[in-house]
Amino acid sequence: MTQVPAPRELVTKPRLSDQIFRVIVTAGGMSSLIILGLIFAFLAYRGFGVIRVEGLGFITNSNWDVIEDESSNIVSQDYGLAAMLVGTILSATVAVIVGVPIAVFSALFLEFYAGRKIRSFLIALIDLMAAFPSILFGLWGFLILMPSAEYWAKLLNKYLGWIPIFDVPAPFFTRSPFIAGLVLAIMIIPIATSISREVFSQTPLDRIQAAYALGATRFSMIRAVVLPFGRGGIVGGAMLGLGRAMGETVAVYTVLNIVYQVNWQVLFGSGGNIASLILLKVNEADREEVNALMAAGLVLFLLTLVINAIANVLVNRLGKTGR
Amino acid sequence: MTSAISQNPMTPKPGKPWEPTLKERSQKILNFFISLGLSFVLLFTTGLNGKLGWFIAFFISFTVVSFIAEFRRAGKPAAQDSLLTSVSRFAITLAVIPIVSILATVAVKGWRGLHWGLFTQDMAQATVNDPIQNGGMLAAIVGTLIMVSLALVFTLPISILTALYLTEIKGKFTRPIRFLVQAMSGVPSIVAGLFILSSVIYPITGERTGLMGALALAILMIPTVARTAEEVLLLIPNDLREAGLALGATQWRTVAMVVVPAVKSGLVTAIILGVARVIGETAPILLVSGGGESTNFNPVSGPMGSIPYYVWKSFQLGGTEESSQRTWAGLLVLILWVLFLFTIARYISSRSQKR
Repeated sequence: MTQVPAPRELVTKPRLSDQIFRVIVTAGGMSSLIILGLIFAFLAYRGFGVIRVEGLGFITNSNWDVIEDESSNIVSQDYGLAAMLVGTILSATVAVIVGVPIAVFSALFLEFYAGRKIRSFLIALIDLMAAFPSILFGLWGFLILMPSAEYWAKLLNKYLGWIPIFDVPAPFFTRSPFIAGLVLAIMIIPIATSISREVFSQTPLDRIQAAYALGATRFSMIRAVVLPFGRGGIVGGAMLGLGRAMGETVAVYTVLNIVYQVNWQVLFGSGGNIASLILLKVNEADREEVNALMAAGLVLFLLTLVINAIANVLVNRLGKTGR
Repeated sequence: MTSAISQNPMTPKPGKPWEPTLKERSQKILNFFISLGLSFVLLFTTGLNGKLGWFIAFFISFTVVSFIAEFRRAGKPAAQDSLLTSVSRFAITLAVIPIVSILATVAVKGWRGLHWGLFTQDMAQATVNDPIQNGGMLAAIVGTLIMVSLALVFTLPISILTALYLTEIKGKFTRPIRFLVQAMSGVPSIVAGLFILSSVIYPITGERTGLMGALALAILMIPTVARTAEEVLLLIPNDLREAGLALGATQWRTVAMVVVPAVKSGLVTAIILGVARVIGETAPILLVSGGGESTNFNPVSGPMGSIPYYVWKSFQLGGTEESSQRTWAGLLVLILWVLFLFTIARYISSRSQKR
């Protein structure tokens, strides 16, 4: 009579020290979730009252008025973000339209044209530019870029003025969303370049060499191999740049003439964005207006979060496309 | 034998057929001069003017001239190729021009505002429009140093634990956490300031201090440090971890004594890049740290100055030659910090690559 032995236990239990280690590291790993959740919770908690009163009008109205009587009691208040939302989208769009093509072609140059020494030097230079503080871009844009950008704005207006967005109600070209967009374009070039370059450098070498072996020129190789492969990365890099440009505060505040009205005309010197509105108002605002600014911050936070999420999905999904 | 072959008139001399011939080279030089001439013609006949205008005119004419020349030499494919070459050269030039211009502007304008008192005096007894010898950046430099180091103290454990979670634990939340860290790096800096304002300053402390600035900076710093640390941890070969486990070490001892020492220089690079990212942050500092004129060593009470605040105030309140000199001197000090940190980071990473 044979006794079947009980099966040996295969699972080893981690020791106590490892269990503690795992708990601590997991807790630390959750911190980004906790911080993002807290940001959302606190901004929503502060801004909820304003959003509830204003409803959808908080996004579609374009009045930001606090009317006080002599003893500074608030008589009426009205908050609508539309003017600044338009300004945010306008300047960020200009930034992407100007900055991303420059960044993509620069990335092509760095990856496929430049010699080794020039390449590493230029990459270091562009990485350094990514670390420049935004206040530096703002002041440089205000003092150095503005005069020549104003000239380009006038040129655009002269020849393309018949298109409604390039028209201006009055010949006032300085401190316009167009110039703010140019400064933002310069600010997003480093990040868009480095992401496109990274994506291009992951192009499988065998496909590149196969294209050359079939007699392709560099142009036809890039068009047939590199661009289809890196399309998602280019779009993702552009959207990351868009997110950066939407959230930028100081550079826009310095360059742009902040006027609270809806302005679609890129070349006209008036506008603003959500971040610069917050910076402009927050130190003099009373309790209720601060809550409205928190709600504005919440809108900005959610907007950039969504754009960044889409961008990251696009960049990370890379490698499954292309021929 | 060899000499016989080389003297044989039938054997062609070894050539380099990929090198451009004299004709092609002279064609290129000719293209350059034709487009140089054409650019000046464009400059005088159209609305373009100025240095940048000349640059654009030259680019357009060079592109067109080389396009035509290549088309005549080798047809459409070669012409398209030359078009892409000129466009990408143009793009990289456009990308580099602002960097050079910014560095040159800061160096030229900031140089005049530098004096020794900048590092020994603060602005308690001076306004931004005073003669440049009165007052300096002591309060700003001290404040920035304190806030950035405090921010580093908050950032370091959190971001290294995050990186370790992503590379060592590999739990089921790895993908979402990696995604959230990436999303966090896109949080606008002003939102970080608003968050500290709404969560700590209004309900609890009621005072704007250096500690609040440090907290806001930490939020911006965590994703940068965590992502760089994750990247260097991913470079560690799995063999090292397996070797540690095979010797009977527990996981935590493997991480503490094998993995982390192996990436020490990479972690230093991550920290430096994080510091470079936040040292010039202006918007959150303006919201939460108060911005003091006198030197304040205490981060938990009283407003604290910082270099970006110093620059901002000189720019906003000024209008005189002195205030402009102060602004640019502050920016020069700031950019020198960034350059310094950046050079160290590159030096460390290049040294660790060689080993």
